[in-house]
Amino acid sequence: MLVRRASPYSGVSMPSHPIRFLLNGTLTEAAGVDPHVSLLQYLREDLRLTGTKEGCAEGDCGACTVVLGELDTNGRVGLKPVNACIRQLPTIDGKAVFTVEGLKRGDGTLHPAQQALADCHGSQCGFCTPGFVMSLFALYKNSPSPTRTQAIEALSGNLCRCTGYRPILDAAVVMQGCGTPCGADAAPVESWLNQPATTTGAVHPGEAVLAAALRAIGREADFSYAAHGVSFHAPRSIASFSRLAAAHPDAWILAGGTDVGLWINKALQSTRTILYTGAVDGLGRIEDKAGWVEIGAAVTLEDAFHALNRHYPEFAHVWLRFASVPIRSSGTLGGNVANGSPIGDSMPLLIALGSEVVLRHGEAVRTLPLEDLYLDYKKQARVSGEWVERVRVPMRSAGLELAAYKNAKRNEQDISAVCFALALQREGDQVRSVRVALGGMAGVPKRARQVEAALTGKAWNEDNVRAAMADMTRDFSPMSDMRATAGYRLRVAQNLLLRFFHESSSGASIETRVL
Amino acid sequence: MNAPVSPSTLSGAAGESLRHESAHLQVSGEARYADDVPEPIGTLHAAFGVSPHAHARIKRIDLSAVRAHPGVVAVLTHVDIPGANNYGGIKPDDPLLAETLLEYQGQPMFLVLADSHHAARRAAKLAQVEYEVLPAILTIEDALDQQFYIAPPRTLTRGDAAGAMREAPHRITGRTRCGGQDHFYLEGQIAFAFPEEDGQVRVVSSTQHPTEVQHIVAHALGCASHLVRIECRRMGGGFGGKESQPALLAALAAIAALKTGRAVKLRLDRDDDMVITGKRHPFLLEYEVGFDGDGRILGADFMLASNCGYSSDLSGPVNDRAICHVDNAYFLEHVTVRNLQCKTHTVSNTAFRGFGGPQGMFVIEHALDCIARQLGLDPLDVRRANYYGSDTRNETPYGQVIEDNILEPITHELELSSDYRTRRTALRKQNAASPIVKRGIALTPVKFGISFNATHFNQAGALLNLYSDGSVLLNHGGTEMGQGLHTKVAQVVAQELGIAVDQVRVTATDTSKVPNTSATAASSGSDLNGMAARDACRQLRARLAAHAARLWNVNADGVQFAGGRVSADAHSMPFAELAHKAWFARVSLSAQGFYATPKINWNRAELKGRPFYYFAYGVACTQVAVDTLTGETRIERADILHDAGSSLNPALDIGQVEGGFIQGAGWLTSEELWWDAKGRLATHAPSTYKIPTAADIPEVFNVRLVEGRPNVEDTIYRSKAVGEPPLMLALSVYHAIRDAVASVADYRVSPTLDAPATPEAVLNAIDGLLDSRRSASTNDPRPTTS
Repeated sequence: MLVRRASPYSGVSMPSHPIRFLLNGTLTEAAGVDPHVSLLQYLREDLRLTGTKEGCAEGDCGACTVVLGELDTNGRVGLKPVNACIRQLPTIDGKAVFTVEGLKRGDGTLHPAQQALADCHGSQCGFCTPGFVMSLFALYKNSPSPTRTQAIEALSGNLCRCTGYRPILDAAVVMQGCGTPCGADAAPVESWLNQPATTTGAVHPGEAVLAAALRAIGREADFSYAAHGVSFHAPRSIASFSRLAAAHPDAWILAGGTDVGLWINKALQSTRTILYTGAVDGLGRIEDKAGWVEIGAAVTLEDAFHALNRHYPEFAHVWLRFASVPIRSSGTLGGNVANGSPIGDSMPLLIALGSEVVLRHGEAVRTLPLEDLYLDYKKQARVSGEWVERVRVPMRSAGLELAAYKNAKRNEQDISAVCFALALQREGDQVRSVRVALGGMAGVPKRARQVEAALTGKAWNEDNVRAAMADMTRDFSPMSDMRATAGYRLRVAQNLLLRFFHESSSGASIETRVL
Repeated sequence: MNAPVSPSTLSGAAGESLRHESAHLQVSGEARYADDVPEPIGTLHAAFGVSPHAHARIKRIDLSAVRAHPGVVAVLTHVDIPGANNYGGIKPDDPLLAETLLEYQGQPMFLVLADSHHAARRAAKLAQVEYEVLPAILTIEDALDQQFYIAPPRTLTRGDAAGAMREAPHRITGRTRCGGQDHFYLEGQIAFAFPEEDGQVRVVSSTQHPTEVQHIVAHALGCASHLVRIECRRMGGGFGGKESQPALLAALAAIAALKTGRAVKLRLDRDDDMVITGKRHPFLLEYEVGFDGDGRILGADFMLASNCGYSSDLSGPVNDRAICHVDNAYFLEHVTVRNLQCKTHTVSNTAFRGFGGPQGMFVIEHALDCIARQLGLDPLDVRRANYYGSDTRNETPYGQVIEDNILEPITHELELSSDYRTRRTALRKQNAASPIVKRGIALTPVKFGISFNATHFNQAGALLNLYSDGSVLLNHGGTEMGQGLHTKVAQVVAQELGIAVDQVRVTATDTSKVPNTSATAASSGSDLNGMAARDACRQLRARLAAHAARLWNVNADGVQFAGGRVSADAHSMPFAELAHKAWFARVSLSAQGFYATPKINWNRAELKGRPFYYFAYGVACTQVAVDTLTGETRIERADILHDAGSSLNPALDIGQVEGGFIQGAGWLTSEELWWDAKGRLATHAPSTYKIPTAADIPEVFNVRLVEGRPNVEDTIYRSKAVGEPPLMLALSVYHAIRDAVASVADYRVSPTLDAPATPEAVLNAIDGLLDSRRSASTNDPRPTTS
């Protein structure tokens, strides 16, 4: 079965320790597989598990959704959906992977998520269905009684072209009541997979079995894996990571892979060395430190947003529309920031808050205001070998007024034409300070300094806001592309300031949004 | 074998809401698609090298770097095609691989065969090609200016449109456009070819049209059709995109397989799929209408200019259907329809659910909306004033008399059940008090002609095998793309033979079992194949009844098939037992069914005839909210009443209605195809091309099928086709947006809003109305809209 094709990347094959993971509960080892290879390719081409589909190979359609299981800090097994098409195989070392083939019981009974989808007429052509099943399965295990709204969020990364989604949402809402409990003779893990999410904390025996198995394949030491002349390093410590980064300045730094996966699948790029942030102790932590929320480079977007929502609930709306659950569960805030795309949505929000970025080069550490990291399109203040270790977000100051808006062609999982964030401090009627940051308006995420200047020290009223809107043209000359024209971007950027004005001054009396 | 059949296993007769026959396989990942078929050892993977230019000539091509890439086994160019270098089904103007002339960005130039998909794709980028770049015609306007057409202009005329408009109390002219649409079937195009002995080849193809694929493969190989076998168990979505396009992949995979002696899989990466293969035709639409004070159209002139892309493909028939749907639900006594099929240096556009019908309807719905604005009437009243009558005003511009009109009763029913009038009034009041968010509502009808315009496609075959254990295997010419065709046909067989549906297995579509079939298209799948299956069942039943009559010494006419048993008078035995006895008595248990749709004819030269066996109807009422600061929109509620005749399977039909509606909503709102100035498609992946997600569907979504109105024609159990018509119900979404936008100018001026109504298009329309209101210095209502 494990006949390897010649690597398209060419190079010498080196022996290395195998990647170990639990595939549908069974310990599986992979070796000799090029580190560029995605989990999806490995499942389909090497293991011939063809239930998981490729629909787009860029994490936008969800046909490849699988569920990863990992131990959390409490020793519990956390389950999250990810896109297997842009998840590099070595990054699942030490994790549990559940695929659509793993849900049906040994006796042939469908999992409640599967049963509900079939009963509700939720599959037509069926090609997207395994992905929906896995997103539903994650929801089944994580939400005791999902609402329609929660179901929509959970399915934001799954495209269906046939059904119009209504029956799939129906399935999400009824699945908890579908199916029959496993008998006493069922295997513990199977029984756990079929048990709906509960609000009580009792550990199911099946979860305990899985947790023990995950502990057994956990690694204390740095993990290195190589095949076809490409090496993959997953160090455990910041120091070790930083040494490698300094020694291999041309290496790809890999976090969630939600962008790197596209370099491989779409740009057909390759590298010799991959440095993985995901196993580094300390990079996965969120800590409150002396007035700052510090978010390590390997913290997923989903976890980072949850942490930020505690302080800045006004931003939750944008985070919800930021990519999809599988992307947010794999992609990292550090990766978004380090990538620094002009259309990345986290930067405008973080910049508006006055966030900083901590850069490390070997042992040397420096901190920059986030906006100073971005010099020009794809040009950053980072030197060769320097990497993003943490993002620091200031704790909320009293009286801060905030808004963030995402504007795109589609409600969910779309790249912004304009992303707008604003943080305002008023003193009585006057604007004491304001930070306005936008994405999609320039080659980098950027502050609207002319607009800020026009507002600062002035009375907060519609005339002054409208005057400041005009200054947007002095701050930005955006480009026209397939997402929007320059003219639209400018108008929306201006109008979003007006929207915020209405929201800040009219209370709930004026309806200001449809999304 | 003799066990009594329990009633519960007998579910699944026609009319029941049986779930999709593959549902249990789809949810468990066991349903096998072309890419899941086990690969023989040595399977090669293929990828295209494509043109980077919209219009160019190849001056010199050097493929040595491609060949030298690790893993590459062979590279094919047009010289390797043994037969016809063409996959155009109607006209031979679609080269499989370009020779010297390149006519769109993405046009295949060569095919790389390698030991992995990734290696083939990487190698395909390495060609050294010298091009002579030629000026490209990219837009409908440019093509019209230069009279650059794929076929001569055509005109359909009835009565005296010019005269009627001259005498009409009111006249407006308008110009609008609707965009193209990528199919975005979740399973991309794929063909998997297996070389067999003596020059034969078997191709597993994701195709709606196995027979055409077979013909084109045979022509490309220069061999007889009987050497080529095409198989399709299921597609991961088709929507028209797998009617003519799959032949490109199948032909080249077959050539490569026979050349190398190895199995060859040609699967397009999503981006390649979107760049290389055709889409829905964008249309530029102009109209001039004369009407009375009730908004009733007295005379109309329409201009339909379509962007066909670089070749003919199915553009002729697509434009035929556009012409035949300009009327939609409305009687046009004096009308002229001019049709221009523009050639551009872009991908060749093809079939897509609705097949020109949506674009034809788009223009008249636009005109009616503008008429209503001009007269200050409720657009629904204007639409109704123009509805076809039942006994008079009932002949289409192409000369077909409508005999099954149910427009008025279903409109009335939906108007009441959706609370249209009350909500319309309430929303206007609400809008007056809401400066930023505006809401709109629209109720629009659909009348869609069912049958292929081209009469000869309206035929189908089925092969029914009864085994001596009583199990039934059915094969028919239709293909399963998710619509539930196999489920419906199995229900027909179960019904006819009086057995449980799980006794019936429908197998992969296979050109070696049922030959000379038509595409599963034009919504006709169950109409045609259901009837062919019924014919086969009735032949077999007659033989079985005759045998039972011999056994029991009764009259064959009195033999009944029901409940899994065969009975006559006091005699009865299980169906399976009779099957076994019939086999033992040397009765043939295999039957071939056939069906040809009656009554239809079409004179393509004159654009006259009865192209459609019957019409399917539907009405939809949609409410939207629009953000006037950003142009963002949300569908808040949709109420739909759709006509499926006596539905074969209401659950599957509702699935078609909802899915079609949301797909149509995508076409008219978020799905924007964007080409750059050099003719390169920039929206070639789901990251940039946005089909609806679960968050985009209306929170209130009331969908019902019309009840108690069987098809007046003798279709399979009086059901109606349901695949395409619901897509056009989404015109109500677009018109609800127009209604919301129109609110910013007191509903008296028609917004300049084309489709897709993206946030940018909507904001432009709003700003346009606000500007015109600000600069309005005259009392004259605008004589010209858009």
